[in-house]
Amino acid sequence: MIRFNGSELVGHDDATVADLLRNAGVEAQARGVAVAVDGEVVPRSDWSSRRVRDGERVEALTAMQGG
Amino acid sequence: MSDDLVIAGRAFGSRLILGTGGFPRLQTLADAIRASGTDMVTVALRRIDAQAQGSLVDVLEDCCVELLPNTAGCFTARDAITTAHLAREAFDTPWVKVEVIGDERTLLPDAPELLAACEQLVADGFTVLPYTTDDPVLARRLEDVGCAAVMPLGSPIGSGMGIRNAYNLALIVEQAGVPVILDAGVGTTSDAALAMEIGCDAVLCASAISRAHDPVAMALAIRAGVEGGRLAHGAGRIPRRLHAEASTTFDGLPELA
Repeated sequence: MIRFNGSELVGHDDATVADLLRNAGVEAQARGVAVAVDGEVVPRSDWSSRRVRDGERVEALTAMQGG
Repeated sequence: MSDDLVIAGRAFGSRLILGTGGFPRLQTLADAIRASGTDMVTVALRRIDAQAQGSLVDVLEDCCVELLPNTAGCFTARDAITTAHLAREAFDTPWVKVEVIGDERTLLPDAPELLAACEQLVADGFTVLPYTTDDPVLARRLEDVGCAAVMPLGSPIGSGMGIRNAYNLALIVEQAGVPVILDAGVGTTSDAALAMEIGCDAVLCASAISRAHDPVAMALAIRAGVEGGRLAHGAGRIPRRLHAEASTTFDGLPELA
């Protein structure tokens, strides 16, 4: 089971980061988006190749008002 | 004559940096940005929200302002460092406003964690602007590890309590070899003007503008305060005196009785 932004995601084991983002409505060329898997930054250039394994935690972030 | 704010070799025409937090609508934010005349605004990173209305990035791009990502919400150096790296990925900028909070109630910075985060981020190639306390020793240590500016608070974030320790702020300004940007605590125009009169190089303001009854009018007002304070600092204020000193000469005074 993958955790995506704090929620359990069923049936997406071994999906790529790009797949998971698309599933969340975010396209690969979206600006202002960054991803970490288990606390490690995944560069945009690796989104389509980095597969997310069972048990890993994905955080997909974007710009919000603040500061 | 140009009087640019220069941080890490980069020149900004405005000495007011706007925090984007707290605006009720993106359109109000855009209007306030334009009214403030700012060149740089802060942004935070949070989980993507498919239901979000409008794109903050698009709005900020339309306003032609630089983004200064922050690490708001981080309580450890480790989280702040990771967040800064994520921000660099998201916004394609090595600039980061580093916040490491040590207390949920006051949102005051955690000095040891802040210093550790800044040292690492400088080593990682970031242009680091730390949100710090008004402690002159900590400000010096942050400069020593390579921060591009120091951003002491006037008072806690969102408190609107103004500058609680003008003396410490003056000490920070006196010793600093990097720009000093007053960050947090501004409640209204006079607070921003005072910071600039003390000699700060710039003011960062969010809540005082975004949570004002009329954010756009307050953006104009605080802009005027920053500009007025800067002019007054350069002009040189008169010394404070215990007693009066007449501005009109007594020479030539007639005898009328």
